[in-house]
Amino acid sequence: MPDAIRPRPVRIAGGQGFYGDTPAAVDALLGDGIDYLCLEALAELTLAILQKDRQRDESRGYTRDLPAYLARALPFVVDGRTKIVTNAGGINPTAAAHAAIETARQLGMTGITIATVVGDDLLARLSTLYQQHGQALTHLDTGAAFDTFPGAPLFAAAYLGARPIADALAQGADVVITGRVADASLFLGPLAHAHGWAWDDWDRLAAGILVGHLLECSGQSVGGNYSGDWWALPHPWDLPYPIATVEANGTAVISKPAGSGGRVSTDTLRHQLLYEVHDPARYLSPDVVADFTSARFEDLPDDRVRITDVRGTPATDTYKLLLASHAGWAGEARVAFSWPDAYEKAKATAAILVKRVEMAGLPVDEWHFEYWGVDALGGPTAHVGVDPTCEPPECVLRVAWRCEDQRTAGLVGRELVPLTLSAPPAGFTGAGRGAGSATELLSIWPTLVDKAVVDAEVRVVLQEVPS
Amino acid sequence: LSGRLSLRELCGYRAGDKGDIANVAIFADDDETYALIVREVTADRVKEHFGAMVQGRVDRYEAANVRALNFVMQGALGGGGPRSLRADSLGKTLGGALVRMEIDVPDHLQDRRRPRPDVTWADQILFVHERPR
Repeated sequence: MPDAIRPRPVRIAGGQGFYGDTPAAVDALLGDGIDYLCLEALAELTLAILQKDRQRDESRGYTRDLPAYLARALPFVVDGRTKIVTNAGGINPTAAAHAAIETARQLGMTGITIATVVGDDLLARLSTLYQQHGQALTHLDTGAAFDTFPGAPLFAAAYLGARPIADALAQGADVVITGRVADASLFLGPLAHAHGWAWDDWDRLAAGILVGHLLECSGQSVGGNYSGDWWALPHPWDLPYPIATVEANGTAVISKPAGSGGRVSTDTLRHQLLYEVHDPARYLSPDVVADFTSARFEDLPDDRVRITDVRGTPATDTYKLLLASHAGWAGEARVAFSWPDAYEKAKATAAILVKRVEMAGLPVDEWHFEYWGVDALGGPTAHVGVDPTCEPPECVLRVAWRCEDQRTAGLVGRELVPLTLSAPPAGFTGAGRGAGSATELLSIWPTLVDKAVVDAEVRVVLQEVPS
Repeated sequence: LSGRLSLRELCGYRAGDKGDIANVAIFADDDETYALIVREVTADRVKEHFGAMVQGRVDRYEAANVRALNFVMQGALGGGGPRSLRADSLGKTLGGALVRMEIDVPDHLQDRRRPRPDVTWADQILFVHERPR
């Protein structure tokens, strides 16, 4: 096919990898020329944070850095150069869209169309789904039955797929805001829309999901968290975020903005390929089951990698659904000890705290002790004591506890305070934030739900930014 | 002929989380090293290596196209991110913990060791800000 009539490849970028990522990173992506800027803002932990936010204020529950991203990207949207797709809606996409419209209006960016995808929030429908629609809601990892669910669910977010995003773009949306759309599907939406991929074109859908998975964690595919020669990456303080140029046949080239730091290589990309993946031959997305082991990676000059041959098989008929329940309150504190005998002093102090808390009659449901500088991160793999002559020069005790109520969790930390002058020698609490306020813990309950019952309520709402 | 090497000398690594499940992928640089880790680094050995840190089952998956092994470890995060009392509640450091494992490496592969870091550039940046001690 001559170039003139070949459909143009689509350039798509991963501008955000988590809630709290830096909005400044999108400038280089936008400047490099991209058709779609995807902002992936959600993780399991993020949903828990947003739930606590919404509990305090009904108008919250979305990632509040969305306006900062829009302020940088909307000028490119108004010019018709770029469209934005984001799951920043969290557990309240309607409120996020409201904030987006307000941001655009204040910047004078009128006339653009903002789409909201709703229907992923199943909290209000959950008992109906369980009782009337035969949804078992069994815990995906433990197999526990839903009637053992602890307390009342705090949120219920279904991982929607790419289709409502493609629908929104087909209806003329410039900015698409969703709730819990699966990370990689956020990228497949615009790719499927732009290339007109059919929803049973499994190989192309799998290629789009693989590209999305490589872009969804921003810096992690261009040298971030890279275990290779990370020290040799150019300008690691200016790590760019990734761009994919995707052809209609699914072939993709991953690159980064010209002149930026970091690196794009098969090695940096394979680190991301398996990140948060279970069976790589069956990567379950809402849109397709992608076989990541089928993909061929080819290093090209100038920090580019071509990916071909991705295979896919039909999607399952369920969505992943994430429920959460209250799981008590946690507190934590840190105390630092110096050589000599730093580790022993830390252990003794932990034991003294446990005894003091018992004497005070404060019920603790779970204790957790970490010895920083010894085995806090490595646990049994650190082989503590293998060489008894090797004594750590310092050790930080981090102790955490879980209690049923917030007040008790706070009082436990107070029992640490007198140890400043009444414990093994030369410990000090300046090594951490000390016994701060208790934080709420949430247990998550991953499960499955039939697509049909969810899709019946999925809607795309379009709004034009008024002047 | 062979000698013991830690996986850190031979492999890259990355860990991720889903609920209370952690996955750690390790990456070999060439086909011979990949064949070696496929043979040596079994799911059972990984389960044993992590001891009480991993409460549940460990499954292993192969991705030969990128010379990777992926270990999926159940009950590995103290209840999962929002519930865990661990500082590393998302298991980000479990990759480093896995590559502490030592395996038998044939002599002809002993020279495949990865280089150690050189952070002279960091010293140069920090030097200006360090006070004399």
